[in-house]
Amino acid sequence: MQVTVTINGEERSADVEPRTLLVHFIRDDLDLTGTHWGCDTSNCGACVVLFDGEPLKSCTMLAATAAGHEITTVEGLAAGGELDPVQQGFIECHGQQIGFCTPGMLLTARALLDANPDPSEHEIREAISGQICRCTGYSNIVKAVRWAAENAPATTTTTTTTTGA
Amino acid sequence: MSTVQPSPTVGYGSMRRKEDPRFVRGQGRYIDDLKLPGMLHGAVLRSPLAHARIISIDTAAAAAHPKVKAVITGADLAGLGLAWMPTMSQDTQAVLATDKVRFQGQEVAFVVAEDRYSARDALELIDVEYEELPVVIDARKALDADAPIIRDDKEGQTSNHIFDWEAGDSEETDRVFAAADVVVARDIIYPRCHPAPLETCGAVAQMDPVMGKLTLWTTTQAPHAHRTVYALVAGLPEHKIRIIPGDIGGGFGNKVPVYPGYVCAIVGSILTGKPVKWMEDRSENLLSTGFARDYIMHGEIAATSDGTITGLRVTTTADHGAFNATAQPTKYPAGFFHIFSGSYDLQAAHCKVTGVYTNKAPGGVAYRCSFRVTEAVYLVERMVDALALELKLDPAQLRLKNFIRPEQFPYQCKTGWTYDSGEYERAMRLAMEIAGYDDLRREQAEKRARGELMGIGIAFFTETVGAGPRKDMDILGLAMNDGADLRVHPTGKAVLGISAMSQGQGHETTFAQIVSEELGIPSADIEVVNGDTDRTPYGLGTYGSRSTPVSGAATALVARKVRERARLIAAGMLEASPDDLEWERGRWFVKGDPEQGSTIQEIAMAAHGAGDLPEGVEGMLEDTCVYNPPNLTFPFGAYICVVDIDPGTAKVVVRRFVAVDDCGVRINPMIVEGQIHGGLAEGVGIALMELIAFDEQGNCLGGSFMDYLIPTALEVPEWELGATVTPSPHHPIGAKGVGESPTVGSPPAIVNAIIDALHDSHGVDHIDMPCTPGRVWDAMQGRAEPPQ
Repeated sequence: MQVTVTINGEERSADVEPRTLLVHFIRDDLDLTGTHWGCDTSNCGACVVLFDGEPLKSCTMLAATAAGHEITTVEGLAAGGELDPVQQGFIECHGQQIGFCTPGMLLTARALLDANPDPSEHEIREAISGQICRCTGYSNIVKAVRWAAENAPATTTTTTTTTGA
Repeated sequence: MSTVQPSPTVGYGSMRRKEDPRFVRGQGRYIDDLKLPGMLHGAVLRSPLAHARIISIDTAAAAAHPKVKAVITGADLAGLGLAWMPTMSQDTQAVLATDKVRFQGQEVAFVVAEDRYSARDALELIDVEYEELPVVIDARKALDADAPIIRDDKEGQTSNHIFDWEAGDSEETDRVFAAADVVVARDIIYPRCHPAPLETCGAVAQMDPVMGKLTLWTTTQAPHAHRTVYALVAGLPEHKIRIIPGDIGGGFGNKVPVYPGYVCAIVGSILTGKPVKWMEDRSENLLSTGFARDYIMHGEIAATSDGTITGLRVTTTADHGAFNATAQPTKYPAGFFHIFSGSYDLQAAHCKVTGVYTNKAPGGVAYRCSFRVTEAVYLVERMVDALALELKLDPAQLRLKNFIRPEQFPYQCKTGWTYDSGEYERAMRLAMEIAGYDDLRREQAEKRARGELMGIGIAFFTETVGAGPRKDMDILGLAMNDGADLRVHPTGKAVLGISAMSQGQGHETTFAQIVSEELGIPSADIEVVNGDTDRTPYGLGTYGSRSTPVSGAATALVARKVRERARLIAAGMLEASPDDLEWERGRWFVKGDPEQGSTIQEIAMAAHGAGDLPEGVEGMLEDTCVYNPPNLTFPFGAYICVVDIDPGTAKVVVRRFVAVDDCGVRINPMIVEGQIHGGLAEGVGIALMELIAFDEQGNCLGGSFMDYLIPTALEVPEWELGATVTPSPHHPIGAKGVGESPTVGSPPAIVNAIIDALHDSHGVDHIDMPCTPGRVWDAMQGRAEPPQ
């Protein structure tokens, strides 16, 4: 079946089996491999994307269900080539080691900051608590998100908060 | 906390990582990201049973699937001589089962299909008839007379016994125990857990039938060792094998072994003439790949009545699963467990370890641990706390009283190690200061009076890492040495090739900083290549905290060789004798005339230039080095943990965790601290929730992230770190390695804290990990059971 989504602001389409998971559609059919896969059971969050602006574990949704919706992956975070503050924060605060959970963490952090531009440490921990990081022990991820909050451009314009159809 | 500002341009110090720009953009290059033209997908059929004879395998329906290109069984591999492969412990392991399956999840058949879904579909079409056999799951029953023999494939194997191994002086230890005022004993289990890196294991194999060259993109922490194994297993000429790990999404020891899936992907590519990708799913990773620990220990500690520890002895049953596939130096079947006398100046110590087969997955890799150091440290730190309880002494004071003193280094311990350097009391007192230890004890007393459960736990560890000296250590006969090659280009930019393999440790940054420190070239001008075996020198890879101790040393030494070459060339440029030149970072100059000098960049250009070089000096500016460590390094640290336990639910909350680490000289403190954070979180997981359990039929009960629990951001505290620096005297830059220290030191600190919280109120003097609410609750009711 033909599935069409708007991903990172671009309309993309592919012919897939009806059972195709959204994560495989994004990675294998649209070749956006920044979205990772880690567990099958919606526990790890390596596959988190923004779905109509909200974090979603893309291993838990069929590609067909996503048809017509707006998706942002990590590849869409750096608008015009300039890093999103959360991306810069992860660099400044050593918020990643292997980089495998990073894309999902970045997108959850972006959604959190869009909804709550000045989150507390606990609010950040709650926001990312559906995701596993095996390397950082989380402290530096929390700091990275705080860095992004404190270094947000005066007029934030992101492509990630658009509400889809 | 270190911050990255300001970033040094040359040498050591916290600086932003070179790796991160690609990771934050989703441009890491992991195995599953690879897509080659015509690539096929493999999937492994696994045994549902823990022990069964294979009666028949019918693959006809799978082979008839329109998208299936090949179905491979053990019988097919036997025809190629590939049904069995060597393990890293001189045992054999089935690639695909031929006679029996010996653990749940064992590899039985391999399907190659056009896409990953079809490959999985075809697995359902394979019909395997099994005859069930009795299982052995509990290692304590593996040597019973009526236990089924698991390895009847091995000639002369009449029991499930693998090895007996001892260290220390048994008679002397018995004598010390006989003379002791007090002896305390504990049965201590370090249960089976799993490294569970977020990226599972996988490979893409591409056999070029024309050139006869195999390229294998694969998740390996030891690419060169794997290349040699494939050459030996498959008979492929080693120069026609190229291993490319790419970016690795976490290893923690899990990606040290060669797994059957890798071999199957290679065979699949040979048979189909196409690239074949095999990527295991999460359950396959947890069910079948290298587990960790599974040590059943009986420890005894001897002391005088005033708390001078005199002796330690331990007997251990080591559960190695169905194939002895543990990864450790050949001479040491129990790894470095004989570091179990820890940080204390004892009169005698002795251990005996018995390894056995069970119907469980093979492995025994270290989960962020240098070859069983974790089990050893857990044992001694639990025993010291047990002694403190017995003698009613403060556990911090008891440790301070018994530490090896600074003037005793290099210290010969009673089980054969020579500790390189240490200042234990300094680290311990710093941890107590950061924690506010006396205030914590006061707070605890107040809370106890109110019926609240608060515990303070201490662990002090000494590790032995950086394997190792070739006279003592090898894996599969390969010396545990590492190479480095360094090429400085004409314009003064450099490329360093190393045999260590990063799995997130930041080698591209840290190793550039080592070269930068030695040569004065900005680290931004140094590219570090690791992993690709066609582009890097030979070496045994990254595990056992050996990257900085071994590859880091090779890197410093090759840079010094290049510096010496630069000196000779500079002497020609400056028309001076080499002996009259002096080095300052980045520049040789004439002694007493600092204006007369040449920068390393000028020298690099001259080295490649058309002008004459001094007689006997080779052109270009490059060199190679192989480092054979004279000894291991011995990082240490003092950890203090504060827990609160809910008296109504028995839920343990790690409220504070103080970690003072001494890993010698720190190249990039930001990266060191990041490593410690991560290892502490894994230690919290091991202590509180991570468990690979089995039922009586051998069904694995930890086969998904729904069952194998890993801490999230809400289960770990904000880490409180401190550092002392005691350089290693024998390491070229005084570094000791750090990646595993936090996982080694944190579990005993947490368990000691839990017992500290529950001893006075509930009489708990022991509990085994993982300390889940259910198990802690049982302990509070006086019915603590070991984990199954």
